[in-house]
Amino acid sequence: MTSQSCVSIRKELDIVGARQLGRDITKEVGFGLVDQARVTTAISELARNIYLYADEGEICCEALDYTNKKGIRITASDQGKGIEDVAKVMQDGYSTSGGLGAGLPGVKRLMDEFDLQTEVGKGSVISAVKWLR
Amino acid sequence: MDTKTKETLINNSDQVVEIWLDTMRKLKEDIYPEASMDLFEQTNREFINIIFSNINGEFSNDVFEDFSERVINLGWPLGYITDGLNAFRRVSIDFIIVQAESIDAAYNTEIARQVDEWSTPIIRHLVNSYSGSWENIVSLQRMALQELSAPLIPVIDRITIMPLIGTIDTDRAKLIMENLLEGVIRHNAEVVLIDITGVPVVDTMVAHHIIQAADAVRLIGSTCILVGIRPEIAQTIVNLGIDLGKFITKSSLKKGFKTALQMTDREILDYETEKQSIEEIIDSIDKE
Repeated sequence: MTSQSCVSIRKELDIVGARQLGRDITKEVGFGLVDQARVTTAISELARNIYLYADEGEICCEALDYTNKKGIRITASDQGKGIEDVAKVMQDGYSTSGGLGAGLPGVKRLMDEFDLQTEVGKGSVISAVKWLR
Repeated sequence: MDTKTKETLINNSDQVVEIWLDTMRKLKEDIYPEASMDLFEQTNREFINIIFSNINGEFSNDVFEDFSERVINLGWPLGYITDGLNAFRRVSIDFIIVQAESIDAAYNTEIARQVDEWSTPIIRHLVNSYSGSWENIVSLQRMALQELSAPLIPVIDRITIMPLIGTIDTDRAKLIMENLLEGVIRHNAEVVLIDITGVPVVDTMVAHHIIQAADAVRLIGSTCILVGIRPEIAQTIVNLGIDLGKFITKSSLKKGFKTALQMTDREILDYETEKQSIEEIIDSIDKE
């Protein structure tokens, strides 16, 4: 059984809204303080990427509840310009906006599962899962 | 003709008001179930009075503003005002047509057009003052937020503290940088403690801004100590792979302050133990 809630990202303040949504769901699922911080930080990174590079997109959070495990799935989708070189953005220290370049590889390390689908000119969908241990 | 329809409405205002109040009561159950019945009734009466005094030609901007502010304070949506006025329009048209016992379609359309004509300005005014009040609230809150944004507190000669609370976005980051550099020079600070206990999430952008601020402080000859890193934040920073190795970090403001004192060649001494140790020294000298 799953339930999904979404926040659209159009302005910088929406990042706070997305983060709050993630925090509420992680609390509900029963994550500890450290994992709560990990998931909210991951959402913050993904939402900021949408705001910086795609202008507009959506962050969805979904509580996962299976018989043997629980968790949360974050899905970030946008119709931006897509990512040209996926291998490059997954490298630490690569940034086109003068940032630290730790965003996407950071999200991958913060979460347990990470999946990136992108098409140049069409947009990207990133989904990441954190399991409750 | 115009004055006649108005007159019909004004002369029968008691009846129209009753029908309108009834319509609103029906709306209440669907749309505003949490509002108390008395309050809803009272606000509705106030609302219809405003509408009627407006029809009578007693126009007053203050009345509109007072009323919309009341609705905002009650936490009711703008929909309440538009619902109410739409209901009023429907009720009046129905009432006038029934009174005139008319089945003439052209006459009925004319009535509808007339009622529309004098109810539209009321809708416009009320909606404008409602949204105007909201904008006012939002801009006041933004100002209040900016006021508590990034204070720099000189605690002791050569040491200042900047406590950061809440989300750091691009605007605040800029403000933090400006206040920090300006304050360091004004207070002649050698050490600045940046306290991030109140920052809920440290992502790469926040970290980036903090690193930049610390670098800038270093350029003007002072040292930055980052304090208030909670354990969970420390772990996310490591996961993100952010390198904060370039500057001193401490878990708490207390520890950071101690380090800052050391860096400016000072320390906190307990007066009692100090006295004791001097006595001990004197004692030991005496014994010799």
